[in-house]
Amino acid sequence: MSSATPQTASGGINWFKYSSPQTFFPLAGTLAPWFAAIAAVLFVAGLYIGFFVAPTDAQQGESYRIIFIHVPAAWMSMLIYLAMAFWAGMGLAFNTRLSGMMATALAPTGALFTFIALWTGALWGKPTWGTWWVWDARLTSELLLLFLYFGFMALQAAMDDPRRADKAGAVLALVGVINIPIIYFSVKWWNTLHQGASVSLKSAPTMAATMFTGMIVMVFACWAYAIAAALWRVRCIILERERRSEWVADYLETQK
Amino acid sequence: MLNVMRAVIARDLTLAWRRRSDVFTSMIFFVIVASLFPLGIGPEPKLLLAIGPGIVWVAALLASMLALSRLFASDYADGTLEQMLLAATPLSVIVIAKVIAHWIAANLPLVLIAPLLGLQFGLPADALAVLALALALGTPSLSLIGAIGAALTLGLRGGGVLLALLVLPLYAPVLILGSLAVEATAAGLTAQPYLLLLAALSLGALSLAPWAVSAALRISYE
Repeated sequence: MSSATPQTASGGINWFKYSSPQTFFPLAGTLAPWFAAIAAVLFVAGLYIGFFVAPTDAQQGESYRIIFIHVPAAWMSMLIYLAMAFWAGMGLAFNTRLSGMMATALAPTGALFTFIALWTGALWGKPTWGTWWVWDARLTSELLLLFLYFGFMALQAAMDDPRRADKAGAVLALVGVINIPIIYFSVKWWNTLHQGASVSLKSAPTMAATMFTGMIVMVFACWAYAIAAALWRVRCIILERERRSEWVADYLETQK
Repeated sequence: MLNVMRAVIARDLTLAWRRRSDVFTSMIFFVIVASLFPLGIGPEPKLLLAIGPGIVWVAALLASMLALSRLFASDYADGTLEQMLLAATPLSVIVIAKVIAHWIAANLPLVLIAPLLGLQFGLPADALAVLALALALGTPSLSLIGAIGAALTLGLRGGGVLLALLVLPLYAPVLILGSLAVEATAAGLTAQPYLLLLAALSLGALSLAPWAVSAALRISYE
């Protein structure tokens, strides 16, 4: 425990210890490989269950197996946007540097999952619906979500001052969060073909148990991957932004 | 507070009137974009009737978006905006006044000329009235949401294209509901639910967007 970090008076866990980039950097470095390893194990297990153990679907044949990638990616695309907006909002409200870096680090991973969800959806749509793309509610709102990610990244990239980029991106991310339900419902009223969810918290899943297991394993794999990727990226962002501080110079000295 | 609002609206409208050519340019842009579609697609009346509402709305969206860069740019350049940030009146009140003036100068002309464009696509008379009404109810939210984008991209390089990337995805609900209102009328159904939703979006934007705009403006000046 370094002397630079203040302790709470009560002697309990200091939750704010890791809100400083300097203390978070080694923590992220310790955690990232673990999450990457978990992700790798779960990906292998999930894909094995998905492609070899799970039974063939009665209606869709083998093509349904894309859901083991498609559904986790679609969930992650929305969840990461919420996480990104949460960290952006925290940065705006409490003026913490690390929160903004975290939001910036999450955006490319979120955009990646959105793209995977759209791409695998298209691959699944061709044999099942007979078309790569339909202007349906789910597909359209997912596409708009991708544009929101691109807008966030483009806005931050256009600003040279990282503090201004953090704050401007935060305003945009929060506006986007308000808009996501509006976008979702407006496109839902407009036209719809995508099937309803097969899995919900309220009722038992409408699919075979092994299919469900495979999907859940893949969901956790995607979680672990997203955390690992975000931690690695935030480490790079920390080094870049804190490059003028002493500890970064010391750290880079030890890495030579 | 109301005096400040009135003064800002009067000032911005006077400035817009002194630079009338800007207003006419975005109106002509609107007309040209909507007129290019029949040239590209062909003069089949049934097809034009089907795509007309959407095309007029998309053209209105683009014309409204192009006018956004004028909202804060000149005030930013000559330092007026800095005075507004320092003023005793809350910034969001001044922002509302500026957006109202911008809507009158940039979007009201689009609302007024839209029925003429609808006529080009062979829309029936009641659909033309709904088109104008839907635009009148929907464009305020375009101005308000667009103002957030304009404030965020203030003084950035390549601001125009960036503004389009930020703002157009957020415009989607207005576009969908607006076109649905006109299509429903053309199909002999009631447009009321869509018009009410458009009005609700505009009122929601009116209550939330000014905060976001003032936050974005303050960030630009840090």
